[in-house]
Amino acid sequence: MAAISRDDVAHLARLARIEMSTEELDHMAAELDVILGAVARVQEVSGGDVPPTSHPLPMTNIFREDVVKPSLTNEEALSGAPAKIEERFKVPQILGEAE
Amino acid sequence: MSSIRLSAEQMGAALAKGEITSVALTNQHFDRIAQVDTAVHAFLHLDKEGALAQAASVDAKRAAGEKLGPLAGVPLALKDVLTQKGIPTTCGSKMLEGWRPPYDSGVVTKLKSAGVVILGKTNMDEFAMGSSTENSAYGPTHNPWDLTRIPGGSGGGSSAALAAFEAPLAIGTDTGGSIRQPAAVTGTVGVKPTYGGVSRYGLVAFSSSLDQAGPCARTVLDTALLHEAIAGHDPRDSTSINSPVPQVVAAARRLDVKGMKIGVVKEISGAGFQAGVQTRFEESLQLLVEAGAEIVEVSCPNFEYALAAYYLIAPSEASSNLARFDSMRYGIRVGDDGNRGAEEVMNLTRQVGFGREVKRRIILGTYALSSGYYDAYYGSAQKVRTLIKRDFEAAFAKADVLVSPTAPTTAFKIGEKSDDPLAMYLNDIATIPVNMAGIGGMSLPCGLAPEDGLPVGFQIMSPVMQDDLMYRVGGTLEAALNSKWGHTLISQIPDLQVR
Repeated sequence: MAAISRDDVAHLARLARIEMSTEELDHMAAELDVILGAVARVQEVSGGDVPPTSHPLPMTNIFREDVVKPSLTNEEALSGAPAKIEERFKVPQILGEAE
Repeated sequence: MSSIRLSAEQMGAALAKGEITSVALTNQHFDRIAQVDTAVHAFLHLDKEGALAQAASVDAKRAAGEKLGPLAGVPLALKDVLTQKGIPTTCGSKMLEGWRPPYDSGVVTKLKSAGVVILGKTNMDEFAMGSSTENSAYGPTHNPWDLTRIPGGSGGGSSAALAAFEAPLAIGTDTGGSIRQPAAVTGTVGVKPTYGGVSRYGLVAFSSSLDQAGPCARTVLDTALLHEAIAGHDPRDSTSINSPVPQVVAAARRLDVKGMKIGVVKEISGAGFQAGVQTRFEESLQLLVEAGAEIVEVSCPNFEYALAAYYLIAPSEASSNLARFDSMRYGIRVGDDGNRGAEEVMNLTRQVGFGREVKRRIILGTYALSSGYYDAYYGSAQKVRTLIKRDFEAAFAKADVLVSPTAPTTAFKIGEKSDDPLAMYLNDIATIPVNMAGIGGMSLPCGLAPEDGLPVGFQIMSPVMQDDLMYRVGGTLEAALNSKWGHTLISQIPDLQVR
């Protein structure tokens, strides 16, 4: 049985905010099934009380002094915006009728 | 007389002696790029104006008698995953087409202050995901040794630029081998420094716990000079190591490995490696023995799970990191017709903006992190990461450095593996463990495989913040190989058809 179905991929694509055509979903499901079959090998040695490693080197949070420093200007911060209005990012409707 | 085939160190010396100006040297490289890059396609963007301005500024400082660093006025190719203020930065993706970052990355800040001349941005697999540059939204880069073959990836543009004499220095980034594997298949040198050794500020993140920027060049010494120019603490990167930079230039010049123990990792050589790759690897071991090193065999039994763990950890982190491409603040926006909501525009933008491999990894990572699967996949992969670190600790108790072939094969044909993700992922089998443990790794050329005449890479791995050890061994091996051949490997590259 496949580890991952087309419907599973459609759900994941929704979570990841990626529109996918039926064809893309089919293709992705078949590929992911093979990849998941291969990567599931990690479970062979992950039993017991092995602690997880999330980061290669032991580190703790580093905080900077809370002092005001020069940063990007408003114009610089908006320089890559796909749309802007009155010195702000202009975004499509977030709430309301379009939902 | 063109100087493009000199090493960066020689260029620096010629500049210091006033034998050539940086403006002239920079122009020679732009001429070379104009002649060959239609065929190689190493560059995505050239910054002729900015490069020549920097060159002129270095020339003026030199004329005024200012004391300059060894790479002042020397040209460099920058991987398109690092920001440079005002210069297009695409990460090989359609998503960032036209984006000009408003700030310099930590690496670029260091390069500029070292007087390095940045020629332009190099091609790469989209968001550094791949081993061939075939995943670039802007078309593949071609290997200068054989234009029908891949130059490695993800940093194939940087490695190809070096091999084609379009630049003597380049910057790469290495998440699972993206500096070392391209170096291996193009007959160049590439180093992934210890994690945290070089700032990640302004490096567009793929997998934050694995990503590391590093130096690439045609010789070990040039790589060391560039390493020292870009390394060091950066308070803007919270994972940057705040301790002195290892003395890699002195180590590269040392040319002595007497008494060093060199560990051959049993699990990443031999079976599964191309015969000619293995042959050249073993010949190099012999040269190191003749130079006074002792070879010991070490076993890292959990390395066989490294690839599987990597293809869970890296996509998981990527699925989170790439969430920032939401079409709201930068990058392209698709389908914003005034009627669609933000989420729909986001979905459409990400459908168009991301290529197949990137989508595959985002979906895989989303799956591995989802509740119900987290422990079985991401959690298990993190445990494997611990086991790999322990394997390295045990191995470094028996040897000063560890070695292996860098990649299992020489450069394959463009298109040969592009429909088989698993076959493609196998390219990284020998390079991935280094990233998992955060240690240093180098690839340097150790000959041409007899069966296909293509370059083979020799990998050297050194413990955390002991990057100097791999330079010491690499410098010694390079000198021994050059003396055996009577020439450098890169001097044997076939002439490119000049336009």
